[in-house]
Amino acid sequence: MKRARVAFSGAIHEATPAGSDSIRLADGRVVGETDVVWLPPFEVGTVIALGLNYADHAKELAFKPQDEPLVFLKGPGALIGHRGATRRPADATFMHYECELAVVIGKPAHRVARADAMAHVAGYTIANDYAIRDYLENWYRPNLRVKSRDGATALGPWLVDAGDVEAPPQLALHTFVNGRQTQSGNTRDLVFDIAFLIEYLSAFMTLAPGDVILTGTPEGVVNVDVGDEVVCEIEGLGRLVNRIAGDAEFGRAGAASALAAMKESA
Amino acid sequence: MSSPFALWAGPRLEVAPFRLSGTVYATLLNHRRSLATLGDAVAAAPYKGAPKGVVLAVKPRQALVAPGGDVQIDGAEVLEVGAALGVVIGTTACAVAEADALAHVAGFIVACDCTLPRAGHFRPQTRAMARDASCVLAAAVLPRSEVGDTDALAMRVIIDGALAQSSSTSEHLRTAARLIADVSDFMTLMPGDVLLTGSAPDGPRVGAGAQIAIEIDRVGRLETRVVAGRAGLRA
Repeated sequence: MKRARVAFSGAIHEATPAGSDSIRLADGRVVGETDVVWLPPFEVGTVIALGLNYADHAKELAFKPQDEPLVFLKGPGALIGHRGATRRPADATFMHYECELAVVIGKPAHRVARADAMAHVAGYTIANDYAIRDYLENWYRPNLRVKSRDGATALGPWLVDAGDVEAPPQLALHTFVNGRQTQSGNTRDLVFDIAFLIEYLSAFMTLAPGDVILTGTPEGVVNVDVGDEVVCEIEGLGRLVNRIAGDAEFGRAGAASALAAMKESA
Repeated sequence: MSSPFALWAGPRLEVAPFRLSGTVYATLLNHRRSLATLGDAVAAAPYKGAPKGVVLAVKPRQALVAPGGDVQIDGAEVLEVGAALGVVIGTTACAVAEADALAHVAGFIVACDCTLPRAGHFRPQTRAMARDASCVLAAAVLPRSEVGDTDALAMRVIIDGALAQSSSTSEHLRTAARLIADVSDFMTLMPGDVLLTGSAPDGPRVGAGAQIAIEIDRVGRLETRVVAGRAGLRA
């Protein structure tokens, strides 16, 4: 089963697919998929993300594979849904998407053994975990300025039940920028697989329903610019669409020039 | 978003209208001595220079301990105690200027952020810093109007009744106002969020059974203890 959460006509609804361009709200209404506001498809708890978890991507960034998973956490403001917009700051020279399999926890996991780990998975969705490389520094890398930016982690469109996906997932993953394929991989190539990650994480942090693990991205990250449409696709899970927005849309450019004017007049 | 305190066993904080319902962020490397203790290593690989941007870690919901609750050591030999002044956000802060930042603050709180001792600062080290029941927030949020200027407050860590560490917020590289400005530039701070403003390096190391008290002048005193089991979490 695939479920989404959308805002429509003044309320938030659970929704399911209804043909190629429509969705069915829980109250029975069938509406166009572009006529709703898509939210992250479940109530999100702690956002846990992996770095360098595909060997080819680690090589692309000139890093040796990790001995231990490279794990970082994000704040809730980073999240947006399907068809959202992500701001590209004017001073960035290299901002890239990261198409990732997102694993959603379904029941509390404390010191779970690898053999029991997959039973704690509620389902899967797609994440687009943007990074702005200009802001990378070598302290707690990658830090929140790179990885926990407002609206820079898209989740969706659907939460797909774990029972509908073979375990462990071996799903083709692609990213398209303005329709051109730029990234290609398969979730079977994770350095640390899902069962290992649940065992590893649950040894020190109890995972709760709604916590989500973004499992990392394969090679093929390229710069995106204002106006670009970025589509992250994972076999069987759907297509997560995002648009790159500029500072002006967020009232930033005006603020910057006003500040400059203030400094000039001071 | 579900409340980060959903797992708390303790009472809700009564600081109307600002309940601690948001996200807790810890500022790292904000004490002058943090980099000084590294010496020449700051300029060498892997760091290659002092940090320019603000460095933060999310304290996830299961790491938080209700006021009056215990810190859980859970298999570790020692924990390092990080005493911190927490800024409680009162109104939504997005891209605020330093001069306007404190207007977004509801008040201040004492925090005890316990981590595994860290050998370095290159990778995020979530395993050391996001442990279950490792970060205690005091019950009392002191309104900003009562605390006043927080940029020169003495802080003390007392372990088993003996003074173990002294520091001051005057040793912070970024003031509370500067932190709010720098963080809100990329991450909106919401009412109820707590921004811990940083701990002195080489905090006291404690084992199971230790009694911890943290005092911050004009803000308050927090007491907790270290226990072996899972006392901080509801079963």
